Amino acid sequence: MAEIIDSGGGGGKGKHQKKRAKKHGARIDMTPMVDLGFLLLTFFVLTSQFSKPKTMEITMPVIPKDTSLQMKIEDQTALTLLLTDKQEKVYYYYGKFKPDASIIKQTNYSKDGIRKLLLERNKDVIDKVQALKEQLMKHQIADTTYKRKAMEARGDKEATFVIIKADDKAKYKNIIDIFDELSINNVDKKALVDMSPAEKKMLEFFK
Amino acid sequence: MSKIKMPKSAPSLDMTPMVDLAFLLVTFFILTANFRQNEAVMVKTPSSHSEKILPQNTMLITVDTGGRVFFSLDGKEVRKNLLLTMGEKYKVSFTEAEVNRFLILPQFGVPMTQLPAYIRGNEKERAAMDRASMGIPMDSVNNQLGDWIAYGWNSKKRWEAENKIPKEDGCRVAIKGDAQTDYKIIKRVIQVFQDRDLNSFQLITDMETEQIQ
Repeated sequence: MAEIIDSGGGGGKGKHQKKRAKKHGARIDMTPMVDLGFLLLTFFVLTSQFSKPKTMEITMPVIPKDTSLQMKIEDQTALTLLLTDKQEKVYYYYGKFKPDASIIKQTNYSKDGIRKLLLERNKDVIDKVQALKEQLMKHQIADTTYKRKAMEARGDKEATFVIIKADDKAKYKNIIDIFDELSINNVDKKALVDMSPAEKKMLEFFK
Repeated sequence: MSKIKMPKSAPSLDMTPMVDLAFLLVTFFILTANFRQNEAVMVKTPSSHSEKILPQNTMLITVDTGGRVFFSLDGKEVRKNLLLTMGEKYKVSFTEAEVNRFLILPQFGVPMTQLPAYIRGNEKERAAMDRASMGIPMDSVNNQLGDWIAYGWNSKKRWEAENKIPKEDGCRVAIKGDAQTDYKIIKRVIQVFQDRDLNSFQLITDMETEQIQ
């Protein structure tokens, strides 16, 4: 670095010597500023909200004015889940409900319960979506194509249709848990319906 | 042997890096701060694996464990219209000051008859009313929730149309229910929405900590 050598003032010891500015910078007491800084820091840490709430979107079907327009569900693909006030049990049966013939089985909300059941039941769709996802990873298909094809696969005619029937005493948490399991297992076809008296009667056997 | 001499002056510490860091963090938090709304009720939402973030612009219906229903909607102009329409319908009049105070209320869950008192009240009185309130009535005889939703939605949509808000940023309907709420109540809220041709909802959940496989 270039330095200007001050030859005038430094060498001579004359009477007109100027007062020199102190070399070291003036010290400022920073403590109050630091205090304030940390105060603000604490305030913002405490008031800020990190995890934004997540959301699940559900779309309910428009209630048809004419009952003949109601959707008919194929018997083979239907899976009905019955949720009650029992927090650890999910009851289910396949196909259409027949008071004498339907067998109601039970499972639970855990990984090995309902998730496994749906995984087996909806295997075709899950495999298809998985294959598409792999193609997407390898950049063989575009993002939009993936989305469209995945949606098609999930909406397939053969895909499982899950009907959720909840008791009035079931908890909101149960419904969310089931919705969550459905989305994990790529079940797109679902409906939230009321429980029929016949089904309620059947469930009483389990009590 | 000579003793070790202790330095006479207090050791001085260079605080500059610490201050730098502190202010850096302050700046970060100021910029990312998203203030927690002052909520009328505490609700513990159920958790899910969903990764979708709640859109900013929502009409929020909060349902607590006891099945009490609270309503909130953003937008000053929208709220003003909404309050005046509701006042007209339920024959409750509001003064200019009350309308202005209503605009900054975060969330409310009182029947129309108590609303003027709720608006006038200070923070403490409002909290007491929140605790005592039964929520917004939504039974079929006195379906105030339905009216709040219908008029709120209309008012919001009109405002969006006037301000040319793109459709994908438009208002959504969100339900924030407590995990332990009875399904019956949620079912009723959904039914109230469906009666007004609103068929798509956001169900607010927390992050689930358990990983999939």
